[in-house]
Amino acid sequence: MKYKSQKVAYWFFALSMLLFVLQLVYGFIMGFAHAGFDGLHEIIPFHTAKAVHLNLLVVWLLSGFMGAAYYIIPEEAQHELVSVKLAYVQLISLALVGVAAIIGFHFNIWEGRKFLEIPRGLDYLVVVNVLLFLGIILGTLYKGKRRTTTALVLTMGLFFAALLYLPGMLPFDSQVMDSFFRWWVVHLWVEGVWELIMGGILSFLLIKLTGVDREVIEKWLYVIVGLTFLSGILGTGHHYYYIGVNKIWLIVGGIFSALEPLAFLAMALFAVNMYRKGEKKHPNKIALFWTLGSAIVAFVGAGLLGFAHTLPQTNLYTHGTLVTAMHGHLAFWGAYAMIVLAIISYALPNLTGRKLYDGARGRAAFWMSNIGMVGMTVAFGVAGVAQVYLERIMKMEFMEVQKMIEIHFMVLIICAILFTTGIILYIIDFVKYGQPTDEALEINNQ
Amino acid sequence: MLSKKQARAFFLGGTVVTFLVFIGLTVYSLSEAQDQTNYENLTEQVVRGKNLWDKNNCMGCHTLLGEGGYYAPELTKVIDRRGKGYIKAVLMSPVPWAPNGRKMVAYGFTPEEAEDLISFFDWIDDIDLNGFETVISPLAKDKN
Repeated sequence: MKYKSQKVAYWFFALSMLLFVLQLVYGFIMGFAHAGFDGLHEIIPFHTAKAVHLNLLVVWLLSGFMGAAYYIIPEEAQHELVSVKLAYVQLISLALVGVAAIIGFHFNIWEGRKFLEIPRGLDYLVVVNVLLFLGIILGTLYKGKRRTTTALVLTMGLFFAALLYLPGMLPFDSQVMDSFFRWWVVHLWVEGVWELIMGGILSFLLIKLTGVDREVIEKWLYVIVGLTFLSGILGTGHHYYYIGVNKIWLIVGGIFSALEPLAFLAMALFAVNMYRKGEKKHPNKIALFWTLGSAIVAFVGAGLLGFAHTLPQTNLYTHGTLVTAMHGHLAFWGAYAMIVLAIISYALPNLTGRKLYDGARGRAAFWMSNIGMVGMTVAFGVAGVAQVYLERIMKMEFMEVQKMIEIHFMVLIICAILFTTGIILYIIDFVKYGQPTDEALEINNQ
Repeated sequence: MLSKKQARAFFLGGTVVTFLVFIGLTVYSLSEAQDQTNYENLTEQVVRGKNLWDKNNCMGCHTLLGEGGYYAPELTKVIDRRGKGYIKAVLMSPVPWAPNGRKMVAYGFTPEEAEDLISFFDWIDDIDLNGFETVISPLAKDKN
């Protein structure tokens, strides 16, 4: 099996890595500002850094997901992508829209809606871009020799992610309505359809890396995505507790979001069990590290830490505090960043023909970034819990509390340096792999 | 043991049922009878204020209804806490407002724009937030 069109995935991964590094730079600007050093305030005020940090995250993950799809779908469908040229057009337009949005944020051109700051004009270009992407993927699947559950789940995830972008474009006069439908995008992405994308990539990687029978893996994939939607759709209610809508969401959101960790637990158990069951000892151990790591860290970050503040009784106090940032960082890292790094680690040796997966640098990248991120999560957690007690219970003034918790942001910055070192090591490996070649694809794809 | 077909049925069935319940609850909670936002008081001035709020990405630092940047104070009930005069001064300040050293962008809003934003905060303050309003510090200090 060799599909030369898979090469296009490499460039999506490269864009992904570039934007990831940029995201970290803006993260540092915010970390320092929280610690009391806001020397860049005149050029990059906090809300600019925040919008850039969040949107770069979304764009680099999407670029990673798209690269994953361009790599996985030809192999699953046993058919070349229907148009490589259009895929490159899509890549360039994605990069241009992303860069235009990021530059605009520095000139007060945005919508003040967290995660959806991209201005309306560019939103339409995003829609066109994603339609082009979906056209290529669906066209390939349609012409393909087989339709696997893995490909189907991955494509469903990408399709619904595109569809769910639309409620975020509805204009509302009421802040409450605005917020209500903003969560249709943000929540139903990250606690809904993105989990399908993650599940699809995870399933592909487990099939390749463990050698366990596809039928077994895909059966459990259905169970996992079933649990995801069963809990995640009504779990949206945990964003509706205290924004000015009916109390019914306290009950519905409370019950169903308490069930959300189950999907992530199932995902972690599934990955570990498939690894144990597998008889194939794939030489690409570092891809296996990232794959299993993703499932396990997602369970801790998204599942357990999400549960820690999802019940209405707790959320009443933690809503709108740094506790959310604690959960957000480990959740995005485990569930989405790590799965993108996993598919890149798996795909690069096959695309380029270089086998750098035995080196110490790859392992150091894995451990340093993970330990760094866990440290950052703890720092956010301590700052967040202190904020809750001082501000919400002791009723101290906001800025007084912020001054008291500045020290935790110094700890955060130290951990972030460790994390960033890990990511730089990962990117050094990425660069050392070099560019993809046709010969490599012919030899390496088994 | 569970077959792949049964697993697929669980996925599709669960998704369809919960999605329909979600849509039903959305329609119910957004219906006029369930309104907790005093929608009838949403004047043109309030909407102008909201547009300014969006256009300047105030949510990038502040929180409102508990949502936003966690870098600057929660602004729900801010009028109760600070009074309109103080807020107007902050909004119109030509130099960065910097309580405890943390700087806010100096927007230098016109008096009309400042009034629009204040009326937006006023509207927000009357929303029934299912009890959240009682814990937002320190506005509830004297009330509970």
